[in-house]
Amino acid sequence: MGIEFRGVTKKYPDGTVAVDDLNLTIEDGTITVFVGPSGCGKTTSLRMINRMVEPTSGTILLDGADVRDSDAALLRRGIGYVIQHAGLFPHRTVLSNVATVPLLSGWDKRKARERAAELLETVGLPAELGKRYPAQLSGGQQQRVGVARALAADSPVLLMDEPFSAVDPVVREGLQDELLRLQSQLGKTIVFVTHDIDEAVRLGDKVAVLRVGGRLAQYGTPADVLRHPVDDFVAGFVGKDRGYRGLSFLSAGDVLVEDVPTVRVGGAPGESADWRLAVNDEGEPRGWLPPSSTVDGELSESDLVAGGSLYQQGTPIRGALDAALSSPASLGVVVDADGKAIGVVTARQVLDVIENHPQGVTR
Amino acid sequence: MSFLDELGQYLGSANNREQIVDTLAEHCYLALLPLVLGIVLAIAIGWLGRAWPRARGVILVLANLVYTIPSLALFVVIPSLIGTKMLDSINVVVALTLYTAALLVRPVLDALDAVPPAVIASATAMGYRPARRFLTVELPLAVPVLAAGVRVASVSNISLVSVGALIGVGGLGVLFTDGFQREYFSPIVVGIVLTLLLALVVDLLLVLLRRLLTPWDRTPAPVKTEVAA
Repeated sequence: MGIEFRGVTKKYPDGTVAVDDLNLTIEDGTITVFVGPSGCGKTTSLRMINRMVEPTSGTILLDGADVRDSDAALLRRGIGYVIQHAGLFPHRTVLSNVATVPLLSGWDKRKARERAAELLETVGLPAELGKRYPAQLSGGQQQRVGVARALAADSPVLLMDEPFSAVDPVVREGLQDELLRLQSQLGKTIVFVTHDIDEAVRLGDKVAVLRVGGRLAQYGTPADVLRHPVDDFVAGFVGKDRGYRGLSFLSAGDVLVEDVPTVRVGGAPGESADWRLAVNDEGEPRGWLPPSSTVDGELSESDLVAGGSLYQQGTPIRGALDAALSSPASLGVVVDADGKAIGVVTARQVLDVIENHPQGVTR
Repeated sequence: MSFLDELGQYLGSANNREQIVDTLAEHCYLALLPLVLGIVLAIAIGWLGRAWPRARGVILVLANLVYTIPSLALFVVIPSLIGTKMLDSINVVVALTLYTAALLVRPVLDALDAVPPAVIASATAMGYRPARRFLTVELPLAVPVLAAGVRVASVSNISLVSVGALIGVGGLGVLFTDGFQREYFSPIVVGIVLTLLLALVVDLLLVLLRRLLTPWDRTPAPVKTEVAA
């Protein structure tokens, strides 16, 4: 279900212009991210889609129909919404929270609760959390419940207003992965608001960069916005790391993966003049054993130096470079999809691939 | 004759015991019915105050003014305003309903203000219409703050009912006026003790009711055993 903004303006009585003549087409089944500094009208634009804010002029079409032709409450029941800080109802259990929209739409209680239980599973929460109250969950769990609640109506459109901004970076990354995984199954039309360009680039099929005063600065694929910012504002907003971020769109398929000497945790390592990668019985990397280190008897994890980030084969080259740069041995550990170590890369090798890449990254 | 002997004699009379039970029942009725009506009225006024923020100032001033009117004056004036007989218990009910509402308007507004805006916005985004959102989301969440105000109002009502005895409708207050006229202390003491006990019991019941209404408000801290976010 596509969404189209046609000459949409929102002006408040005090004269502030929140959104200025926005023209934008959001394609069916994609994630479109509205990104920009605070005061750029990104949340206002989002809230005009489900009529929580009414435009001063212009039209918003949802699947070709003007949203103002629908009853506001009924329109909203058909559009999933995830708000900042989850906005869960503190006085209802997790299960009732998720069942909110089905119950509002008049489903019978049992069916609504069954659907809610199903959705908890979909977003990766154990069923027993259903009986708890939101205050008994961690921030990340609350966000997942928020997503489950938005999915409950099974609406083709999902609006997400900075849904992951209140959780710590590690949890946020997990939630982002989860969203991408869900989207690959569900194929919703998702409009996502964030002030974080990294999040925008990570999640968006398309990114709309908005500037203060509510004007659209640039609309395109993340790679496009990073490589060809239209003006200084966009260039400044995507930041000085945009060259590095651009690596997110380059495959690392050509990087040579080299063998590395390994030792097994729990085995007898002997001695060596090289850095050796310690793996467990499943072949997963556990850390590094420094050169010439002596271990009495069995190798335990406390003998190891913590490893750097891991690079999963087949993902963008940014991860390979980061793995190499963050490794104590200067060797980035490459793992397969199951997390088994299959070799290492050096930063030099990664850079060679980047430099020899025909399109370049930032040119 | 010692006071205890006198008290024993007073309580020994079946007539007196009957009067005590009757006045106690009347006291409950005269204090608690207005409490319920006043809460409903205050919530309605609170809803108005939320819907029209500009009316808030006026509402709060009016509420304060109403509460300042001496109770006896109100008991006397009400019959001429609503056309009831002077000795009708409705007069006391109406007057105490007004006091309760006046006392609770501010707590109701504070309690509604304390509902997190994100929760209200998310209810709107889910497709709640305003009335249903108010009754099923905002109001239940206002209970913890509101409950404190209701406890004060219940005590205030239970004590004010006695004043009604001066116009002949005053629950346990009738024991005070009787005792005073007859220079007889036992009914006065019994009236005071029962008034205090009633206030205590009602307060206890309100605390229980608040706990029943807000099972979500005494939840332990988040469980730390978090595996996947």
